[in-house]
Amino acid sequence: MTTTFAVLGEFGDAIDFIFNSRESRLGGAQVGGLGQIWDLMWPHLKLSGAAMGIACLISIPIGLWLGHIGKGGFLAINVSNVGRAVPSLALIAFFVAYLGVGFLNLMLALVLLAIPPIITNTYTGTRQVDRETVDAARGMGMTGAQIVRRVELPLALPLIFGGIRISAVNVIATATIAPLAGVTTLGDPIINVNTYGDEGRLAAALIVALLAVATELALGAVQRAVTPRGLKLTPAGRRRHRFPITRREAIP
Amino acid sequence: MILELAQVQIHNRTDTCESNNGFCPDWIADHFGDYVHPFFQHLILVGLTVAIGFAISFTLALIAYRRRWLINPVTQVTGILYTIPSVAAFFLLLPITGRGTDTALVALVSYVLLIIFRNVLTGLDNVPAETKDAGRGMGLTANQLLWRVEVPLALPEIMAGLRIATTTTVGLATLAFFAGAGGLGEKIFSDITYKSNVVVAGGLAVLMAAALDGLILLAQKAITPWTRAVAQP
Repeated sequence: MTTTFAVLGEFGDAIDFIFNSRESRLGGAQVGGLGQIWDLMWPHLKLSGAAMGIACLISIPIGLWLGHIGKGGFLAINVSNVGRAVPSLALIAFFVAYLGVGFLNLMLALVLLAIPPIITNTYTGTRQVDRETVDAARGMGMTGAQIVRRVELPLALPLIFGGIRISAVNVIATATIAPLAGVTTLGDPIINVNTYGDEGRLAAALIVALLAVATELALGAVQRAVTPRGLKLTPAGRRRHRFPITRREAIP
Repeated sequence: MILELAQVQIHNRTDTCESNNGFCPDWIADHFGDYVHPFFQHLILVGLTVAIGFAISFTLALIAYRRRWLINPVTQVTGILYTIPSVAAFFLLLPITGRGTDTALVALVSYVLLIIFRNVLTGLDNVPAETKDAGRGMGLTANQLLWRVEVPLALPEIMAGLRIATTTTVGLATLAFFAGAGGLGEKIFSDITYKSNVVVAGGLAVLMAAALDGLILLAQKAITPWTRAVAQP
């Protein structure tokens, strides 16, 4: 077997797997090559995207509302702590055992996984908006809904996107074990190593890692883009949210 | 004869529960022993990860606290390590460190570095300047100031970081079986469609996370008695 990347050892074989297809170790089907990688990556992205979309639709309004009325802080913050304590594998296994395998069930599990950091960050972001700013908006005659939409939401956006980043990276990572729930994703070469071989497994690990880092960086760029100009002026605002973590002490 | 019949019936009922994939308390009681070893395997992996991760990132944070230019590069590097999914990390490390607990440990430690590093640094940065001035005024050297004033006052943040790192590691360690390190994840994976198995193995992992979280919180209360006095206005 001649590989262009032989000098890199096993990693070279893995990179070769990404670009060139070969016959499966079990015989018959061809594995590897950019076409197949894309065929695995597309369901991976579709699954992660759908779960993230639903999670955002559920958790951003809840977080904004709780932050606006200033109640439920205990709930909004502790949902993250509880979410962290439930292992993603256990959550998926629970869904598989009780609801069965399939795209929809797995997506629901990922939605549950994605919700806590977004709720916590949205709540924190809304609460940390200067009360004087909100009072000024109310003094200008804004209604509650207007304050949420035109004052609190824009000022909370950086933190909301911080939460979305955490969830998105987590969901993409967890979608790797989706084949356990009968959904083919980039995790397929990792779970079904007999079909793809060691180089296929390593190639999948490489691509999942790159995908996660790319998502992190891309959402970081979006986060900076949606940060209101006023918040960018403080040096702390520029740096603080690189690789954010939902932290207990983020809440005063 | 009657006794035999009764036994057969009991046996049948258990069989039915298992074959119907129900939630079977009898089965759990019979097989609970199978979960003890994976539980402790898991616990040791988490303990080692947090201990090694803390040693590395606490040292890094102390150095970066004095030499501020280090903060950005350390955050970037640990940030990338934090972002790489642990499932991927286990297999990326396989050609280098082989299969086993070591590989799992390296991947999990690399994951907690950022969490602890950031919290230690935030804690140290949040120590009021007046307090540090008072310490200096009393004639403390820079090292004395660090260990007697700054680190103790940063403890709540440091411990918060430890709690997050610990609960996260309990969750990630369920995937460590991919690296050949066993643990509760291996039990979940071994029979992922069987309700009783999933509930026991997953439940033990959640319990472990909650118990360790509570223990660290208790330890924090014990070593920072002054925070309790402030809590009552």
